[in-house]
Amino acid sequence: MKPFLALIRRELILALRHAGDSVASLLFFVIAASLFAFAIGPSANVLSGIAPGVVWVIALLAALLPLNRLFAADFEDGSLDQLMLSGLPASAVALGKIVGHWLTTGLPLLLIAGPVAIMLRLGGDAVPQLLATLLPGTMLLSLVGGMSAAVTLGARGGTVLLPLIALPLMIPAVIFGAAGAVAQSPFAELAMLGGLLALFLPIAPLAAGAALRASVG
Amino acid sequence: MLEAKGLAAIRGERLVFRDISFRLERGGALVLVGPNGAGKSSLIRLVAGLTPPAAGALLWEGADALDDPPLHAARLCFVGHADAIKPGLSVAENLGLDRRRPRAEVLAALASVDLERFADLPARLLSSGQRRRLALSRLALSAAPLWLLDEPTTGLDAASVRRLEANIARHLGLGGMVIAATHLPLDLPGARPFDLAGQAA
Repeated sequence: MKPFLALIRRELILALRHAGDSVASLLFFVIAASLFAFAIGPSANVLSGIAPGVVWVIALLAALLPLNRLFAADFEDGSLDQLMLSGLPASAVALGKIVGHWLTTGLPLLLIAGPVAIMLRLGGDAVPQLLATLLPGTMLLSLVGGMSAAVTLGARGGTVLLPLIALPLMIPAVIFGAAGAVAQSPFAELAMLGGLLALFLPIAPLAAGAALRASVG
Repeated sequence: MLEAKGLAAIRGERLVFRDISFRLERGGALVLVGPNGAGKSSLIRLVAGLTPPAAGALLWEGADALDDPPLHAARLCFVGHADAIKPGLSVAENLGLDRRRPRAEVLAALASVDLERFADLPARLLSSGQRRRLALSRLALSAAPLWLLDEPTTGLDAASVRRLEANIARHLGLGGMVIAATHLPLDLPGARPFDLAGQAA
């Protein structure tokens, strides 16, 4: 457990020293959401209707931005070799990086999603329900995205390939997440998101670990 | 004791080497020589457990070394041709962010490569030779018996090469093992050259 926590701590410190990367995806989130307001007009009826879906989709895209550097930076400077030899199994290295991605991208997006939803005229009482679906949603994206980032590591055109692999896998999460954000009683949708989380929590680190082993080899 | 039996490596579609066999006893050193592309780095990465061998077996004390990768990783300290240095971290932080590790230990490791003056400097300010020395200071911090060095002397000045040779000699004296790939002649007591091109020890 100790080297695993040390890995997450390292990820957090590195993210703090290179804060620009995390801030860039937050700014992308805010700017892309405001573009919707500009393009569709200020009508509260229309905006509040599309707000949950827009927040969901843009949060996914914003969380995707730092993913192509998730393993690539360590791969290029040799740190990934050292991580693979740190005594952790490859899947634990992958999980640590995925947790690091969620803490530095998913969590800040979650914190800023409320104000952005209100900017899109979503009623203040509907915001907690939106955040409740985004919490498992961002975790799912970190898992699926981390897996895709590991699979495309070192591949030519990996930057383009990554969203092409990750986003289709996120379709079920988007369907249930956006539906759960506006449902009268969202328990079924939240249960589905929890089920997806239970599916990807073991699969994504294992697949990512195998991909990392293959790419350092 | 480390023993390689008939190791082979394939990179891309090309056979890099095959039938590589050697034994390394405690206190022994193997210096891999051979032209570029002979497979020195491939062999070192293979012994590190980073690359699975295409054929053959790697034995540690008679048992398959690559059976349990985390266990094998604990036996070795690997310094690859990439320095694995994060420019955003300080020199000391690059040696690990474990809070429980006493700072004196980190400073001693930095002193072994004459970098202790720069401990709190961001690593981005280091020159390429100093970055290499920082990478090599991981050896002093590790308690692993097997050192795997890929071109350790690249970019080092003469004094640093002497210091590295002294560090390696001390490690060998304590019963450690070293496998190093290098083009420059390293002055190591009792080191066997191992020519990958000729494939004969």
